[in-house]
Amino acid sequence: MDAVFYIAAVTAILATLMVITRLNAVHALLYLIVSLLSVALVFYTLGAPFIATLEVIIYAGAIMVLFVFVVMMLNLGAKTAETERTWLKPGMWTGPCVLAAFLIVEVAYLLFHAGSLGQEAGLVEPKQVAIALFGPYLIGVELASMLLLGALVGAYHLSARKQQQLEIQDGVDSNGTRAVTGRDLTRSGAGGPSRAA
Amino acid sequence: MRRNLIFTLMSIEVMLNAAGLAFVVAGSRWVQPDGQVMFIFILATAAAEVSVGLALLLQLYHRDKSLDADAASRMRG
Repeated sequence: MDAVFYIAAVTAILATLMVITRLNAVHALLYLIVSLLSVALVFYTLGAPFIATLEVIIYAGAIMVLFVFVVMMLNLGAKTAETERTWLKPGMWTGPCVLAAFLIVEVAYLLFHAGSLGQEAGLVEPKQVAIALFGPYLIGVELASMLLLGALVGAYHLSARKQQQLEIQDGVDSNGTRAVTGRDLTRSGAGGPSRAA
Repeated sequence: MRRNLIFTLMSIEVMLNAAGLAFVVAGSRWVQPDGQVMFIFILATAAAEVSVGLALLLQLYHRDKSLDADAASRMRG
């Protein structure tokens, strides 16, 4: 159990060092995913299986997918295929794969030697976490929901303003006609029921 | 010093993860669920931060076609 913890910790440190020294964003993202997975294994060996699950699902799943999506959107260009071809060299994915192979070996070891978890470490059950989360920390849950709602509205606002600017820039030459037609459509739509009545 | 904005966001993720690791280790040391509760809050904060941060990054990239943080030093206008 101690060996599993130390190997996962060393893997996390190595992967994080590779994250902050890479020059290519995609290489750094691959190492960052490996780092998060190894930290999840550290959480599991520390007796926090629920947090390990959350780390894999939310950090390595959702947040990293956001990063990969944005990196993919930023590289839209004519030379995208060429850069993709240069990224697919074996030197790119061998490092993360070797580090992830350590983690797979450790997970297999834990799977076949299950039952030894939590006897020596301070195991905190998910039930205790839930009781604490929705008991004394209930106001924190409400604040987190407000924060997430604010982030949702903020991200929508930041990405919606771009489209309005694009429409304005597109319609500079034919701005008058487009605005008039839009207004007419709105007015006819609004006045439809009254006219029918 | 590196000024690429996407690396800045990734480093913020690493630092938030380190803070959460410290919380979970402390909660495991004194067998209390408070550390894991704090990690859940850090997770929500990181999700909110990265969504707004990536939206801002896309805006800055579409504005001046660069991910350099120094390119956004003149923001008036």
